[in-house]
Amino acid sequence: MAFDARKMRGTVAIVGVAESDELGRLPHKSSLQLHMEATHSALADAGLKKSDVDAVFSSGRNTANDVPEYLGIRPRFVGGTQVGGCSFILHVEHAMAAISAGLCEVALITHGESGYSRIAMPAPRWGDDSTNNQFELPYGISGPATGYGMLATRHMHEFGTTSEQLAEVAVATRKWAALNPKAAMRDPITIADVLNSRLIAWPFHLLDCCLVTDAGGAVIVTSAERARDLAKRPVHVLGTGECTTHQMVSQMPSFTRWDAAVVSGERAFRMSGVRHEDIDVAQFYDAFTIVPMLALEALGFCAPGESGAFVSGQRTAPGGDFPMNTNGGGLSYTHTGMYGIFTLIEAVRQLRGECGPRQVPDATVAICHGTGGVWSAAATAILSTER
Amino acid sequence: MTDAYTGPIPKPTPETKPFWEAAKRRKLLIQRCGDCGQHYLYPRPLCPHCLSRNVTWVEASGRGRLHTFVINHRPPRNFPLPAPFIIGIVELEEGARLMTNIVGVEPDPGKVRCDMPVEVDFHEITAEITLPHFRPSAR
Repeated sequence: MAFDARKMRGTVAIVGVAESDELGRLPHKSSLQLHMEATHSALADAGLKKSDVDAVFSSGRNTANDVPEYLGIRPRFVGGTQVGGCSFILHVEHAMAAISAGLCEVALITHGESGYSRIAMPAPRWGDDSTNNQFELPYGISGPATGYGMLATRHMHEFGTTSEQLAEVAVATRKWAALNPKAAMRDPITIADVLNSRLIAWPFHLLDCCLVTDAGGAVIVTSAERARDLAKRPVHVLGTGECTTHQMVSQMPSFTRWDAAVVSGERAFRMSGVRHEDIDVAQFYDAFTIVPMLALEALGFCAPGESGAFVSGQRTAPGGDFPMNTNGGGLSYTHTGMYGIFTLIEAVRQLRGECGPRQVPDATVAICHGTGGVWSAAATAILSTER
Repeated sequence: MTDAYTGPIPKPTPETKPFWEAAKRRKLLIQRCGDCGQHYLYPRPLCPHCLSRNVTWVEASGRGRLHTFVINHRPPRNFPLPAPFIIGIVELEEGARLMTNIVGVEPDPGKVRCDMPVEVDFHEITAEITLPHFRPSAR
């Protein structure tokens, strides 16, 4: 092969991360203000000024024109890839490529979404002649829950996965949220609570589903060389991967295997040279309880069909041997609609040792992984304290 | 009555019009690739498997299996089917898959099964548009 992605390993580092000033229900803030707050704090975290930023990556309802305008930045590299909630993890790969190519040096990846309050968030609508309005919407799909559930049902059918196993993820994630003062939902829950919560779209109960909140997040990426002299210890990007396979869930190639995640994970691991047993902490986008389970299978942490057994016995909870979604995840901490950036923020904080009561001891390698659309896109990033 | 339909109404495009015209006549049209031989939906003038543009319309048998499904308890506002109702992915005998509603069976996870045989059951929503629903096969 002429091109070997392994040469990208460690070329860039994440040097600043932050959320918006507040997270939750924020009817007093617009989506662009949430971008701004997160960007402001992430630059301070990195010890960089606005004038240092020469690349802006954004996604979602606010475009790669809106955000630089609001912030008063004139980027000479512009990234607007929009494939759903994991877009910000793809942006890390794209920033790495651009920085390595010499097109820019300091990349701002920013997210802001008034997902709950809908301030400056016009409702999207598919056109009457869109493929969605012809081939899916007439059957009464309700946002992501119905599409994501399609894999849960088939997984249960083929592998005997149970609602109790799905609930293990919600319960474990809530235990992490209890340790994070920024998490929206911190009261303990049991497997029975999950199973007794009302049905949204069988097999999903309410507590299988992520929150809907208002928040922003920002990540600053720069070259490994520049990263040496900044405010915080750099977190190196060792491997990345991305893929998309479909837009409408009815076009998904397989309903038991997450093909996009298989592709993104394979490249991230190959580029990084990291082995699965080297990973200390995992941040896996949990739009619904089944999503991190399918990530575990697609990324090779367990065999296809075995994620139900893998998450059983609270293995991903505090004290378990596979710490996952240590901020409380989209299920219990925050989920604006595009959670991907928060996987990066929490991974960086874990690797810096900034997580207080939820700190995973001696964490040196983290994996971030996200979904976009309805299992449509996937992106993976492997991060480390060491280059 | 059909004027009062409150759900999303598909508006055909040039490449999907034959599908919707046929559905109005209670026929399920799919596309077949003349090069790789695979069938597919949704309609478009190239094969998503091999990128051939040598594709033709064929009438499907209307029989298939319910590949997977969810039971929606929180339908979109003004959606006409009473909740809960079943949204399924049907794999046709010919191999193409489509999203649909599964009717004629209780929306109960004990009664609906992945891989159960189903057959098409057309559901007219307006004078122009008839949706392909599916129900458990009679035999």
